[in-house]
Amino acid sequence: MKNICFYFQLHLPYALKRYRFFEIGNDHYYYDDFQTEETIRLLVEKSYLPANKTILDIIHHSNKTFKCAFSISGCTLEQLEQYAPEVIDSFRELAATGCVEFLVEPYAHSLASVFNELEFERQVQLHAKKIEDLFGYRPTTLRNAELIYSDEIGEKAYQMGYQSIVVEGGRDILGWKSAHYLYHHPHKKNLKILMRDYKLSDDITFRFSDKSWTDYPLTADKYIQWIANAPAEEELINIWLGYETFGLKQDASSGILDFLKAIPYQAIVHGIEFITPTEATQKLESKDSLSAPYTSAWGSEEKDLSSWTGNDLQQEALQKLYAVTERVHLCKHKTLKRDWLMIQSSDYFRYMSHRNAYNSPYDSAYDAFVNYMNILSDFLLRVDAEYPSSIENEELNALLKTITEQEKEISNLTKQLYTKNKK
Amino acid sequence: MKALMFGWEFPPQILGGLGTASYGLTKGMAQQTDMEITFVLPKPNGDEDQSFLRLVGANHVPVVYKETSNEYIEQIIGKLTRLDDYLHYRNNIRYDFSRISTNELGCIYFSGRYPDNLVEEISNYEAVASVLAHSLDFDIIHSHDWLTYPAGKFAKQISGKPLVVHVHATDFDRSRGNVNPTVYAIEKAGMDAADHIITVSNLTRQTVIDKYHQPPHKVTTVHNAVEPLEHAETVIKAQRSEKLVTFLGRITMQKGPEYFVEAAHRVLEKTNNVRFVMAGSGDMMHAMIDLVAKRNIADRFHFTGFLKGKQVHQLLADSDVYIMPSVSEPFGISPLEAMQVGTPSIISKQSGCAEILAHAIKTDYWDIDAMADAIYAIVHYPAMYKSLRNEGKAEVDSITWEKAGLKVRKIYDMVLHQ
Repeated sequence: MKNICFYFQLHLPYALKRYRFFEIGNDHYYYDDFQTEETIRLLVEKSYLPANKTILDIIHHSNKTFKCAFSISGCTLEQLEQYAPEVIDSFRELAATGCVEFLVEPYAHSLASVFNELEFERQVQLHAKKIEDLFGYRPTTLRNAELIYSDEIGEKAYQMGYQSIVVEGGRDILGWKSAHYLYHHPHKKNLKILMRDYKLSDDITFRFSDKSWTDYPLTADKYIQWIANAPAEEELINIWLGYETFGLKQDASSGILDFLKAIPYQAIVHGIEFITPTEATQKLESKDSLSAPYTSAWGSEEKDLSSWTGNDLQQEALQKLYAVTERVHLCKHKTLKRDWLMIQSSDYFRYMSHRNAYNSPYDSAYDAFVNYMNILSDFLLRVDAEYPSSIENEELNALLKTITEQEKEISNLTKQLYTKNKK
Repeated sequence: MKALMFGWEFPPQILGGLGTASYGLTKGMAQQTDMEITFVLPKPNGDEDQSFLRLVGANHVPVVYKETSNEYIEQIIGKLTRLDDYLHYRNNIRYDFSRISTNELGCIYFSGRYPDNLVEEISNYEAVASVLAHSLDFDIIHSHDWLTYPAGKFAKQISGKPLVVHVHATDFDRSRGNVNPTVYAIEKAGMDAADHIITVSNLTRQTVIDKYHQPPHKVTTVHNAVEPLEHAETVIKAQRSEKLVTFLGRITMQKGPEYFVEAAHRVLEKTNNVRFVMAGSGDMMHAMIDLVAKRNIADRFHFTGFLKGKQVHQLLADSDVYIMPSVSEPFGISPLEAMQVGTPSIISKQSGCAEILAHAIKTDYWDIDAMADAIYAIVHYPAMYKSLRNEGKAEVDSITWEKAGLKVRKIYDMVLHQ
């Protein structure tokens, strides 16, 4: 029995405003709200709302046999709440059908999993809470930003209590293995790994309306036939896309939504079912362990981190940013903490790539770097004002440890006191 | 393939970018084994590199037949021109140019610079071209910049061979749009007569199409390149605690020096470990010194006057940032030279070289905030400097005259088979 696992990604970073060096130390607001609103409204009207409506229709018409998952980054959720609350309502409606799963990911869609474990954990918790607040549902599958994955990150996910994680099905990890099975972590056997079929996914995202493509036009009939033709024992086909594929990357006039609508009917004809990531880990058996000694990601041809950390510019920006993690954790300032999250979006670092800066609002990698570094310089000054850089990180860590232990101690003592009083 | 080229400058005697480009291009084209280049120059000095082309001095080509002894001819011009060549030219004088003042050999005096009687010198050059067109054997004529268009045009009329004109600059660049009608007329006539026009950037190509009304299919861009720097390893950056930001070029309206001063002022408001240098001379120099004083940054802003040769490379290498805020620059080779010695460059988007450089910072010439921002970033963020330095050098090393030469050759082939 074959199962298709659809999962859609929604992420949009806040637009940073043009921030010149002479503003460092004077201006602490980093965002171009007008630009942010314009972009999110465009996405909402052209893509999110029509696609949500289509999926809701599909779920009803298919008698709830159609299922899919969503991963919506924390900063995108905030933007939707602010500029397009109707989309949140529409997702709530989808959540109510019970056919939709929400995945958890680092709140800011950040690279924290690579640079700071503690920050990674904090952001995942923050995001899980946000999802629960909005949709009344505790996510169980982890989706790291840009599908960044390695054995270490898998282990971390497991320690945080997640049973499954979604990973890009690159050749570096899979080798000769097929992406069409469920796998597990080499040490943590209970952590299940789902692998994306990037060929089938990219067929929709990039090639759907490409007239020079040999398989143009892509119909649901043809697409499901490809899946049906795969060896019978392959049971899990993971098709994961950016949600903006529907309506923006592929214009509505290309018939992309009709294609999506037709998928479940074609699937029924071939006896193929739909499944969400968490269901997959419960229903299916893991075929083998999968080891990933090196960090991989989606996006580029190389399936590695080079789009975000590949050059000197990106390295410097990331190092300066994550060097103050401990200090920021100590801070109590709400605006500072919010800025800390918002300026971590992975997109800002990809804009600094010389090779892979698609969709960048900047003229060049250098332009992106200069603007970001000016903002970061101001941010660092603010952190420094709270906790001067003359204090060593080790010292701070010790301080942090004392504080957290104090808290534990206090709560323990209060409990004891409480029980004693009861007696 | 034999090309007859008319030029005005050739290293080591150069006054602007034209000489450098002429040298680079001919040297690059000489790599094609079947290429023979005859390069005509108003007044060669004798110290030019002639290993890859044949140089003809216009001041040694007779335009009026005068009988003199062979010994005398040898004595006057023998060092630079062979007697046989002289006699051959003399036998091919077909027109009467006795109205032009000539010396006892029948040759015209040329300054080879940009004198006050430039227009007269240009038309004399035309007379020389007629003699050469009658006496030399060639397949194609190639004229470098407007000074030589009339010569090329005349040579074409006489020989019937196709003419390619090479636009290194137009008067619209030099004058910020306030063109000199005489110059414009010469430029336009040359372009009209040409079988094909080569421009050094798409920016210039657009000017040629819009302002000189040339059909687009007749105009092709061949971007300039840069000669590999000899003894690059001997030009070493001196260690200093302060950062150096340099402007180098003629201090004229075209180069936008005032935007550099304003950007410097912006930077110095925020930081003080930076010094600014304006190297070169020009008619706006005094105005710039005034402006610097008015902005109260004279203690951090320095003028060096005109520099040449090794001094230029040394200053470029010592700098942490090279800046070229030109208002209009057909190509602009100097940022490429700066990048060769590992100095990050900031260039205006209105410069032709911006079209081929990815690892340089590009701003609008008037956008002093962006310019100041870029300067600040390069001197404050180490990765910015490092990346522009390394990637920029690699990029510029891959831009060679040989490739440009091949593109010119393609144009020759196309014109000859039309």
